[in-house]
Amino acid sequence: MIRIINQITMPDTGQVLLDGQALQPHHIKDIGYLPEERGLYKSMKVGEQALYLAQLKGMQKTEAKKRLLEWFERLDIGDWWNKKIQELSKGMAQKIQFVVTVLHEPKLLIFDEPFSGFDPINANIIKDEILRLKNEGATVIFSTHRMESVEELCDHIALLHKSNKILDGNLMAIKKQYKTNTYEVGINAENHGVVERALAERFSTTAADFRTIGNELKLNVKLSEKDTANDLLSYLTTQGQVSHFVELIPSVNDIFIEAVKNN
Amino acid sequence: MNHLPLIIKREYLTKVRNKSFVVMTILSPLIMIGLILLVTYLSQLNNNKVKTVAILDESGVIKELFEDTETTKYHRFDNVTLENAKQISKEKEYYGLLHIDEHSNLENISKHVNFYSEDSPSLTLISDLEFKLGEELTNLKMIEEDIDLQKIEASKISVNINQENFSGEKTSKIDSMTKIAFGVATGYLLFMFIIIYGNMIMRSVIEEKTSRIVEIIISSVKPVQLMLGKIIGTSLAGVTQFVIWIVLGSILMVVLPLVLGIDLSQMQTPQQQVLQQAVESQGSGDLLQSIFFAVRSLPLLNLVIAFVLFFLSGYLLYSSLYAAIGAAVDNETDTQQFMLPIIMPLILAVYVGGFTVIEDPHGTVSTIFSFIPLTSPVVMLMRIPFGVPIWQQVLSLMILIGTFMFTVWFAAKIYRVGILMYGKKTSYKELIKWIKY
Repeated sequence: MIRIINQITMPDTGQVLLDGQALQPHHIKDIGYLPEERGLYKSMKVGEQALYLAQLKGMQKTEAKKRLLEWFERLDIGDWWNKKIQELSKGMAQKIQFVVTVLHEPKLLIFDEPFSGFDPINANIIKDEILRLKNEGATVIFSTHRMESVEELCDHIALLHKSNKILDGNLMAIKKQYKTNTYEVGINAENHGVVERALAERFSTTAADFRTIGNELKLNVKLSEKDTANDLLSYLTTQGQVSHFVELIPSVNDIFIEAVKNN
Repeated sequence: MNHLPLIIKREYLTKVRNKSFVVMTILSPLIMIGLILLVTYLSQLNNNKVKTVAILDESGVIKELFEDTETTKYHRFDNVTLENAKQISKEKEYYGLLHIDEHSNLENISKHVNFYSEDSPSLTLISDLEFKLGEELTNLKMIEEDIDLQKIEASKISVNINQENFSGEKTSKIDSMTKIAFGVATGYLLFMFIIIYGNMIMRSVIEEKTSRIVEIIISSVKPVQLMLGKIIGTSLAGVTQFVIWIVLGSILMVVLPLVLGIDLSQMQTPQQQVLQQAVESQGSGDLLQSIFFAVRSLPLLNLVIAFVLFFLSGYLLYSSLYAAIGAAVDNETDTQQFMLPIIMPLILAVYVGGFTVIEDPHGTVSTIFSFIPLTSPVVMLMRIPFGVPIWQQVLSLMILIGTFMFTVWFAAKIYRVGILMYGKKTSYKELIKWIKY
């Protein structure tokens, strides 16, 4: 699909609209694409190469150079200008690649697994840059298998399974849809067994496992539709000292597994 | 957006700045010239050694036949036995001993001539001895049979046909030879050019795939532009290198022999000898002058223009074939098997040129081959010195350029379909869809 948007491949059926217009060759300058399968010309110098690729995206040379220098400054890689790509490490080359992708300030940015090959520090830098670009008004299409990045970055998600879309929409809405009204509670009581039985009568409980400093009773409590969080909390306070009370919100990871299993 | 100039510029600069390219550009002419000089020097070295050949003539028929030359000296033995003669020759390290046994008649003498030597003797020496002895014995035989040698000499007649075409221009063997030489030279030049630089183009097409930048490039440039840019850029780099080679080579060719004191004119190739003979038989004196006239009689303007056009488009066509191969494979090791089919038509062209065109420049075979795009650059260039109507040249050129454009376009299709469609099968239906896109 990403390739179709980038006009590398033709769609079998359907058409792509960008800003309400059917996709055309001149749209290349509005799209920035960081493919999963990526590389750079090994024997070319960093600066020259970046300029060349920017010009291919339709930028003027002087303008491209100005912006490149800004970017290099910001990412603290100014002294790489005259190095050849083959002298750089993979992570360093990835940084260049990222700069080249976003240099022409496209309206639509497509990142395919952008963090692979980065160490945590650089991954963070790149993540911040992506968020900055998003806040500046660019639309970012983000393709990844790493759910924690999805959690941190995405507003909307679409889940593809065996080339069918099985889930899409606003991330928060989806989370609401998938939450089960379950609370993780920890309670200090004199007799663990008594409290546990009493709770099990009113709510449906299962044993929970989370790390705490004390030696309290740990339970997952699932509420029925009539009950609210406050009902549970006030009931708990009658039973002992509440040390832990958290609503269990499904992670994207859980949603992913759940959605694929149900499909 | 037209990115062609940009791509050409990048390809050219990358190629030209490449270290191995720079090194080869400078080193190649040095090696070539060095090799030529070495060969010349060695052959001179060999010739400078004087051979001494001993002669023991027991028949007494050979008197003043053998005269010393620069490279061979003769030493006559008298009144010694064969065994002694052998002994002395060996001790004095003579090159060899020619022994003519004593017999009453000339036929028997001719059958009993022996040559003794340490190593097997050089072929030229033996054939020289055989020729001289044979001639001498023939003369002696004629005298014996009472045949007047002078009369035979006087009755020898040699014929030299004057050639002229119907419009009255004089032609000559030199003329034809110059034309052939020109045709063969262009054929081989093209041949060399394609073999040297075709691979370079192929590699540059594969480059994107091996460095995995292909998706980034293809998402901003059309494959046709990429292909065309690569072919033109690399060709320009090739031309640059070739021109440098020629200039550097010529300079070295003039300077080095002067410095090292090696006389290049000593080196005679068989072709030169043939030319020399042609000139001599014509009796028109100077070789250079004859060639000069022959060249002037060629349709020069037509030739130069045709040479540039046909050479370039022929080269471009073959380059685009190499590019197509590059587009179809994933790495360089897969390319080997494709080489032969590309070189074949070229070899065919040179052979057709060499045999058919020279025999009959305007015959059916030559004409047809001068229109087939893969052979036309060589064959047409060989035909032009013999006079080819302009419309034929133009038509042939159009076909050539048309084929080139088609191949580039086709290579671009292969490129896009072959590389980026993993997972999607390249059926004919798919191909047709792509071609329309």
